[in-house]
Amino acid sequence: MPQPPEDVSRGRPARQSPAESLRVRVLKRVSPRFTLDVDFLAPAGITIVFGRSGSGKTILLNCIAGLVRPDAGFIVVGQTYLFDSERHIDVPVRRRALGYLFQQPALFPHLTVEQNVRYGLSGLPAEVQEQRVKEALESLRVAHLRPSYPRRISGGEAQRVALARALVTHPRALLLDEPLSALDEGTKSGIMSDLRAWVASQPIPVLYVTHAPREAYALGENMVILEEGKILAQGIPQQVLSAPRFETVAELAGFENVFDATVVAQHEAHGTMTCRLDGTDLCLEAPLIPLAGSSRVRVAIRAGDILLAKAKPAGVSARNIVPAKVRALESRGVTLVAHLDAGLPFEAHLTPSARQELGLDAGQDVWLVIKTYSCHLVR
Amino acid sequence: MNWDAVILSLKLASVVSGVLLLAGLPVAYWVAFSRWRWKFLVESVVALPLVLPPTVLGFYLLLALGPRSPLGQLCERLLGHGLAFSFQGLVVASVLYSLPFAVQPAAAAFALLDPTLLQASSVLGASRWRTFFRVILPLSASGVVTGVVLSFAHTLGEFGVVLMVGGNIPGITQTVSIAIYDEVQALNYQGANATALFLLTFSFLVLSLTYAMNRRVWAVWPLRH
Repeated sequence: MPQPPEDVSRGRPARQSPAESLRVRVLKRVSPRFTLDVDFLAPAGITIVFGRSGSGKTILLNCIAGLVRPDAGFIVVGQTYLFDSERHIDVPVRRRALGYLFQQPALFPHLTVEQNVRYGLSGLPAEVQEQRVKEALESLRVAHLRPSYPRRISGGEAQRVALARALVTHPRALLLDEPLSALDEGTKSGIMSDLRAWVASQPIPVLYVTHAPREAYALGENMVILEEGKILAQGIPQQVLSAPRFETVAELAGFENVFDATVVAQHEAHGTMTCRLDGTDLCLEAPLIPLAGSSRVRVAIRAGDILLAKAKPAGVSARNIVPAKVRALESRGVTLVAHLDAGLPFEAHLTPSARQELGLDAGQDVWLVIKTYSCHLVR
Repeated sequence: MNWDAVILSLKLASVVSGVLLLAGLPVAYWVAFSRWRWKFLVESVVALPLVLPPTVLGFYLLLALGPRSPLGQLCERLLGHGLAFSFQGLVVASVLYSLPFAVQPAAAAFALLDPTLLQASSVLGASRWRTFFRVILPLSASGVVTGVVLSFAHTLGEFGVVLMVGGNIPGITQTVSIAIYDEVQALNYQGANATALFLLTFSFLVLSLTYAMNRRVWAVWPLRH
């Protein structure tokens, strides 16, 4: 639990310990139909806040930054209360000592890169400013842009400068609102690895908001899933995303195949159960989970977890071997999406070379091979 | 040409645009950023001089500044004379009359700023003052300059309000426009023409200079958000 607050009115306090954490409990009624209601702890390191647009991600960051005032709750970074509705603490935005990166770099267009980065350091002695600016510009590899104006640099460079401008103030926590969503993969991963390096040397909590599952997998040690203003799940990304307990999580994490089903048999000795997909006779074997009274479930399967075979395979460990017909093949970047009909529409992914070897084409009969543990159950 | 009137007009216009630079910016800031629900009422009051006949404004100002009003009596005590038919009275009247010309371009420029720049500034620890002087003002300079120049030009050319409040006292309240009117009344067309031509040329130069420095389409009204 958070400790009593320190006096923040004297300006930016020195960091208490090398690894502070950010504790957030916020209730904010945004509209009659939308309330943000979250409670989580972000340790030092990168925490992904994952949710689709409209899930309340930006409002959450704005509450933490102080740009939006929560109705109730508290926000504590390290030992310092930034907000506490019960004790009427509401530290103004400029005294919160946080770094915030918006979706656009928001560099001041009339100031050079150097002046932008120096902006948050006013009041510090000139030598300290110079040293910090140098350190931040070099850490983000933008030292050569020092005298340039923002309109003369690229989008990736601009976000690097914006990141330098935020980090140079040695913020107590860093808030990133999809800052890299507009950049290409290479630029993005370069910036992320530089950010990681910085966070490793000066551990602070970093909240990284995104709606892209790929970023969520690649970046985070810790993850919070937000849906309609509520936290659905929290943990390490692989846990949170690959063992969904909720339908919405399954959808969020990119499960292409989601079916309503009824549990028709439970095999406790084998740790499995048989689920019949609604509207078909198709039965899939799935891991046994407690049913809590209802035999209605949803089965979620990733398109990448489905194997295709031209002949009925024998001697494989997978328990689900289902006949299907190829309806269409659609190329999506380097992957090929097979739309299949097994009584219900299925989607499977394969590589173009696999397709060639199989000689796969629309109209053909194939077999779908699905492992028991690739069938994720959602109550 | 009536140099006394020209000098008086230039003096009046300079003082008024100076006062409006100081007084108009806070009003423009408030108009651009306030979220008060009754803000539109204040906006309407600020814009009133745009639509009111100068005589209406001048009439009420005369009442407000006259020796029987509390404001007039206060000035009587402080300055030793009332505001009506004095240079100070002209300044007060012209400031009010030109207020929308100073406020609107500045407020429009403020409102067009990217709000994330202002948020970024506060997140970086800047106070409202620092944000205003380091971000808002430099990025809205063209709007502010336009406002100052317009209020200067507008004051230079006003007639009705000056006549109502200031009367026609040479060297004290007789501005260029009134001097021209005077000369026409006296059938001195040549004198009127010299002064009028001067005013025409001067106004054209000032406006051309502003537009040349500030090639942006602006609207005096309405203020677009």
